[in-house]
Amino acid sequence: MIYSVTGHYSLILGLCVGLALVYFSIRNFRNSNQLDTKILAFSFLQLFFVLVSFISLIISFIISDFSNETVFNNSHTTKPLFYKISGTWGNHEGSLLLWLLVLTIFIFIFILRTNNQPIKYKILTVGFQQVIIIGFFLFLIQTSNPFNYLFPVPDEGLGLNPILQDPALAIHPPILYLGYVGSSIIFSSALAATTLKIVSTSWAIHIKKWVLISWIFLTLGILLGSIWAYYELGWGGFWFWDPVENVSLMPWLALTTLLHCILVLERKEILTSWVIILSIATFTLSMCGTFLVRSGILNSVHTFANDPERGLFILIFLFVLIFLSLFIFFFFHQTNKNNSYNFFWLSKETSILVNNWFMMYFLSVVLIGTVYPIFLDVISSQKISVGPPFYHKLIAPFLIPFLFAMAIGPSLKWIRSDLKDKIYLISLLIISILISFFIVKNFNKNVLINTILISSALYLFYITLRDFFNKKYKNFAQNTAHFGFSLLILSILFNNLFSSEIITNLRVGETYDNSKTKIVFESINQKKEKNYKSIVANFNIINSKGINNNLSPELRIYNQPNITTSEADIKTTLMKDKFIVINLVQNQDYFNVRYQVKPFMLWIWLSVILISFGGLMSFFKKRI
Amino acid sequence: MKKKLISISLASIFIIIFFVFYKGLKNTNIYTPDVKINYDIPVFSANLFYLNEEVNSANIFKKDKFYLVNIWSSWCVPCRDEHPILMELKKNSNITVIGINYKDNKKNAQNFLNQLGNPYKKIIVDQKGTLSIEWGAFGVPETFVIYNKKIIKKYIGPLNEESLIEIEKII
Repeated sequence: MIYSVTGHYSLILGLCVGLALVYFSIRNFRNSNQLDTKILAFSFLQLFFVLVSFISLIISFIISDFSNETVFNNSHTTKPLFYKISGTWGNHEGSLLLWLLVLTIFIFIFILRTNNQPIKYKILTVGFQQVIIIGFFLFLIQTSNPFNYLFPVPDEGLGLNPILQDPALAIHPPILYLGYVGSSIIFSSALAATTLKIVSTSWAIHIKKWVLISWIFLTLGILLGSIWAYYELGWGGFWFWDPVENVSLMPWLALTTLLHCILVLERKEILTSWVIILSIATFTLSMCGTFLVRSGILNSVHTFANDPERGLFILIFLFVLIFLSLFIFFFFHQTNKNNSYNFFWLSKETSILVNNWFMMYFLSVVLIGTVYPIFLDVISSQKISVGPPFYHKLIAPFLIPFLFAMAIGPSLKWIRSDLKDKIYLISLLIISILISFFIVKNFNKNVLINTILISSALYLFYITLRDFFNKKYKNFAQNTAHFGFSLLILSILFNNLFSSEIITNLRVGETYDNSKTKIVFESINQKKEKNYKSIVANFNIINSKGINNNLSPELRIYNQPNITTSEADIKTTLMKDKFIVINLVQNQDYFNVRYQVKPFMLWIWLSVILISFGGLMSFFKKRI
Repeated sequence: MKKKLISISLASIFIIIFFVFYKGLKNTNIYTPDVKINYDIPVFSANLFYLNEEVNSANIFKKDKFYLVNIWSSWCVPCRDEHPILMELKKNSNITVIGINYKDNKKNAQNFLNQLGNPYKKIIVDQKGTLSIEWGAFGVPETFVIYNKKIIKKYIGPLNEESLIEIEKII
């Protein structure tokens, strides 16, 4: 009770500080010889208030204070402490508070760490950032206050959605938000830099750190979500092109493109329009994602908050930001005429431009696939859902030239270059094609497209591998990331090609047998935990080589709320995962059994970690 | 001039998007993946097992007639259990039994039918398993009773004596 009150009033105070900050930054902007110390002090104050509010919410969750509506809706006394805490951001209100917290932390760090940029730029960035922060404050207090009071106080809460009670999901939102919110700093500073016309190499060097930070967190956040979906949702895949996944992928694509443009801008004053538009796009896409997910306009696994009122608020806020940035872009931005796109066709700039257009293509495919159903529904009230085949068909063919450009691009020089050691490059290409042809041929699948896809990924793999030895530490970060990407694509391709699946209905004691695999359903046990009961099924799986595996998938019946989840059992080895999941068949003593062998699963996760590690190295690298 | 044109057209595009989203907010979007009772059967075209020709769902299912769609596979053990029931239903002239052969090897499937008998009037091949998903199937075996191009009853898992009596009652 006391914590709710504290939390609520800190939020209001935080909003007031935000308004004061806008006032100070306008005043300071008019006569700006030095940064007003009040701005720093008030930013700290704002951070403090949001932190207090966030901590009060955490405490309310820990002590199960059910007079708080958010706690009542999302917690339960029998939940383990860890999930009580993670439940704080496992719901709409709390996650928005977390978002706000990250926003205020980031702007505070930004003020502290930005030293060699014009004062006006700093102040203006704070101003723009405060517009976003105030928007979120209003949204939180108006439509989704985490401190709503309930009377009479209930004895017991409704509990956290069981599929969210998972360690990966406890850290997935904070990491993802660091990425999303980092993009808000990029957004504000890009607007500030455009207004002051200082989009230049020195600005690029300064903003690069922020781009890298958000990029790393966004990459890791998506990875965590994907790992969670893999073992918790029981579909045995890692990416489903679900709208929620797509809305995190879109900012990632925009941010990755931005990162590459910044690398160019660091050296030459070109691609400025690209940089600005992408900075704006990254954040608006994150916001658009928030809108799509939180308004309930799309149905997906993240089903909290189906409240049109909230949706309307974010929608208006989103479009205010879009129009603000459009206005600034068109009225203040001037492209540098002397340095316009006059690239030699074979140069690093050209290859980055090629990369940009490919990325934009992928981005638009994902965007259209995600929002088109909404448009169709509104215009013709037809309901469709866009599934994986759409994305695969539109993306896979374009990956081929993209991978080739990725292999050759980095080895080109700036401004103008020749292809050196052509024989080497071509021989590697031939080797890749041959190897992939034999791999695909052996397994008798759809030969042509797969051969080309695998060979292009292998090609990138070889080239980056060679560069590790050839160039030693030069471009080490970039090379690591590209190497990781080639590994990712290869693993995904092999995973797709060589996965096998068995779906069957079995009773206890029954055996399923085809020529390759034998699945023995040995027994079931019951287990009782604090917040759920579970049925553990024991399977013995024997493959053609006679290797025995015992797998025990679970069905968990949570007490509060009363939901059944299936926990897959996964045996992970270096080369493949064995994945088994069971489901209840209604009113029958049969279990629906789904057994999958998924090669290279571990490599998918590892390569994504490698990619973000490349980003991390770049972040710590001293500029030569 | 050019810049002005671009900015105005961009702004208007965003305004249109805004209104579409605004309208979209008021529609509720709840998709249910599983086929409910009294739902229309999915529209599809697929290959036949024996004739290797493509058929449309419209040509298979006629109005005012009962059909029984059974999803089966030779590797599925419970499918063997329910097989006698299907053979029994084959004798009933009021209902046409149609099979969907799910993710199967053609040779094995043929052996299965030779060994146990073929209860199906037509067999549709579903090599990739996508068709069965459209039907809303969880796994094999699964059985749908269809009348007037609507699914009126659904059995998950193998059929047994009780379900046979139930089906016979319906038709």
